[in-house]
Parts: sequence; structure tokens; C-alpha cells
Amino acid sequence: MEWLMWFTKFENTKPLALVIFFTVFCLILLYVFGDRKRGERLERHKHIPLQDD
Amino acid sequence: MTTASVTANEQYNYEVIRKFAIMTLVWAVVGMLVGVYIAFELAFPVLNFDIPYITFGRLRPVHTGAVIFGFGGSILFATSYYIVQRTCQARLFSDGLANFTFWGWQAIIVLAALNHVLGFSQGREYAEMNWQIDILIAIVWVAYIVNFVGTLMKRKESHIYVANWFFIAFLLAVALLHIFNNLAIPVSLTSPYSYSLFAGAQDAMTQWWYGHNAVGFYLTAAFLGMMYYFVPKQAGRPVYSYRLSIVHFWALIFMYMWAGTHHLHWTAIPDWTSTLAATFSIMLLLPSWGGMINGIMTLSGAWDKLRTDPVMRFLIVSLSFYGMSTFEGPMMSLKDVNALSHYTDWTVGHVHSGALGWVAMISFGALYHMVPKLWNTRMYSDKLINVHFWLATIGILLYITAMWISGIMQGLMWRAFDDFGNLQYSFVESVAAMHPFYVMRGIGGVFFLTGVLVMCYNMAKTIRQGKVEPAGAVPAAA
Repeated sequence: MEWLMWFTKFENTKPLALVIFFTVFCLILLYVFGDRKRGERLERHKHIPLQDD
Repeated sequence: MTTASVTANEQYNYEVIRKFAIMTLVWAVVGMLVGVYIAFELAFPVLNFDIPYITFGRLRPVHTGAVIFGFGGSILFATSYYIVQRTCQARLFSDGLANFTFWGWQAIIVLAALNHVLGFSQGREYAEMNWQIDILIAIVWVAYIVNFVGTLMKRKESHIYVANWFFIAFLLAVALLHIFNNLAIPVSLTSPYSYSLFAGAQDAMTQWWYGHNAVGFYLTAAFLGMMYYFVPKQAGRPVYSYRLSIVHFWALIFMYMWAGTHHLHWTAIPDWTSTLAATFSIMLLLPSWGGMINGIMTLSGAWDKLRTDPVMRFLIVSLSFYGMSTFEGPMMSLKDVNALSHYTDWTVGHVHSGALGWVAMISFGALYHMVPKLWNTRMYSDKLINVHFWLATIGILLYITAMWISGIMQGLMWRAFDDFGNLQYSFVESVAAMHPFYVMRGIGGVFFLTGVLVMCYNMAKTIRQGKVEPAGAVPAAA
């Protein structure tokens, strides 16, 4: 269990969090812009405010 | 249209939104009046009149509390309840909870103001309220979250519109920030005093983690939620790019939390935290400008609306100020620039270009769009909206220009040395040099406040005509 001590140091966990968040952000970019059909489907949602009257 | 509006009144809870909209106007007048007064107190200290209750130190948190939590909070409650219902095609989860949030929130603002005037403060910026009020805030906020998320859960529209994402982030982040920043041990159950759970540099970092993210999530993310609804509605066209709004959301949410320590450059905190905060502040420029461009480009192909529609002018100019202050902020977070700007009026000017230019202007635009719909009428006078717009714009420009000059001058005077290595200016010389700019700032505030009073008159007339007009005579709303 000694390896768990590595997570108790902010010097380790902050860069780790940065890598995790950055990877997730890249995945979001890929999800949003990676597929044309999905992109068109997402863009259709922008009409929601105009359909509420 | 009349039938549709009546149906909308039954379908949605507009009553609580009307109440919050009115209190937005009330707190705008109170908060900005106090702001103008303390601006003149700085220019003319005689205005303290040796009365402790109205000294700058006591009235300053009354000003920030009334404008941020009173005016800003009330418009956020109003618009979030309005947007979530309309984009989800569902009535609020609970009318009782909605009423509770209204009365609870107003009680908090009044109690906080009374406490500050009487001299009680826990000395944490934008969180001066003592621990009893902090607990009340937490209770009201949880009720707000339950009501908002409950409404999302009963939505009839399958997709959650991006404006609501920004509101969810705002709700969760503010809960987190408020609770951790205010962790304290009360002196006794009946005492207003308490000891913070944090001390020294950790306490400073906690405070600015809260302070900066209050700006990031309360004054930015939530108002971006307003922007993503009201700009397309007023323009009558969808937002420029929905995919860009998704990336804008995640990038902003991801980056803001890391930037708070840039408020503590050149202090006793570890240097790497300072550098990390500056790095993230620079990166924040990308999502901020991405969102600004997304909002402004919504008008692409309909730029003529800027000439013909004064409400659109409020919304687009607010986005321009958003772009300007989100450029200025990262620049000021650079350590070398901060060495000049920190502790000077430049910071005050920066805050107000965001608070007046972005937050207040987008709120005015949202109010001018929403109030006629809430009272089933149209604005009493478009001409007065235009007058308000120019008074507000001139007021902001006077304010921030005065603070730029004053702030940069202060910074330069404080760091100036003579040939013998002594300070070239005494502190009081820098204070004397600031005087004309303090007067100019006060005049800017008077312009802005006058604009708000014009808006209140226009709104009062609008609301009155909304009530007296027979249902059959109601004009079609835009």
C-alpha cells in the first residue's frame, strides 16, 4: 500500500489531474468535431430557444 | 399570441420570476447608489460625516453585496427559472421551493447589509457575511439546486439546452465555493464572530480560490447561460455554433478553477502555484473569446439590428466588454504586469469593466427582453431604452478610463526611485495625484446610476400598462 502515499503529494496529484482533464477535454473535442453526422445532430439543438413561444 | 401567453402563464411559473425581476431593479438602485456614494467618499472624505455606519469600510461590502448578490443574484434566479422552464417546456419543479428561494434570498441580502452597516464582517472578500447568514445561504442554495435540477428532470424536451449547462455548473460550483470558503468555528452559538478553519497563506489561497471562482462561475458562467438564451431570442436566429458552445462550456469549466492564485502573486504562497494560476489565466483567453465570438457572430447576417434594436445593442456591447475584460484579466495575471497593477485602481477598473460592462449590460438586455413577456405587453418606451444604453456606456467608459489612468499612475509612482535609491514619491503624494480621477470615477457612476433610474421608470410604466391592458388588446410580443 506504500504506492498510495504517492497520491498524498500535491506535486504528484496536480499534474496527474491536469493530464486526466486534458485527455478528457481532447475526447470532448473529438466527440464534438470528429463526426459530421453527429455534428449536424448537435447543431440542431441550437433551435431550442426559438421553438419555445 | 394572447392565447399563447395565457397558456404560457399556466404552463410556467412566471410569478416568482416577476418578483425576482422587480427585486433586480430594487437592488440595482440600492447597490449602485451606495457605490456612487462611496466613490465620492474616496474623493471627498468629508462625506463620511464622522458617522461610523456610513464609512467606506462598512458601506463597501453593502455595495458589493447589493450589486453582486442582490442585483446579480436576483437576475440570475429570474433568468435561470425563466430559461429552464421555457427550454425544457416544463413548469418549475416546485412553486413552494421557488417562493422559498425568493424570500430566503431577499432576507439574506437585507440581513447582510444590516450586519455590515453595524460593523460585523468576517473579513473575507465577497463573503463578508457572518456564519449564521452563511448557513442560511447554503440552505437557500440547496433549495435552488433541487428546484432547478428537478425541473430539468421533468423536461419535455429531450436535450438539455446549453444555457442550462452553464446554470448547472454555476449552481454546483457556487455551493462548493461557498461551503469551503466559509468553513469556520463560531465563537459561540449567539455570537456573530467565528474563526476560519484555515490560516495564513492557506487561508489567503482559499479566499482567492473562492473569490476568483465566484467571478468565474457566478459572474461569468451563469451570465453566459443568459447570453446563450437571450442573444438568439432577441436576434431571432439561433446561436452561431452549437458545437462551439459545447467546447466553450467544457473549456471554461475546466480552466477557471485553477486561476484564483493569480490574485496572490508576489506573496508568501509557493511560487509554482502562482505560475500555474498565471498559465491557466492565459489559457482562459481561448474559451472566453470563443464564447464571445459565438455570441457576437449570432448576429451574422443581421447586423442592422444593432442600429434598430436598442436591446440587441445592450447584449452585443455586453459581449464586447466581456471580450475586453477577459483579455485584460489574463494580461494582468502575468507576474510582471501584476507587479505594476496589483493593489492599484487598475484592478478596480478591471472588475468594473466586467461587472458593469458585461454583467450589468447583459442583465439589462435580458430584463428588456423578458419583462414585456412576463407582463404580457411591450416596453413602454424604446427611446428610453436607448437613453439608458448611452448613459450606461458613457458611465462605464468614464469609470474604467479614470481607473486605468489612476491605477497605472499609482503603480508607477509607488515603484519610482530617485538617483539615491530612495522612493521618489511619498504615499500621500500618490493619493493626492489620484483625486481628479476619483471624481471622474464618481461622475461615471452617476451616469450609470441615472441610466438605471431611467430603466426603472420605463419598467414601472411597462408593468403598469401590462396590468391595465385588457387581454384582447395585448400586442403581439416579438
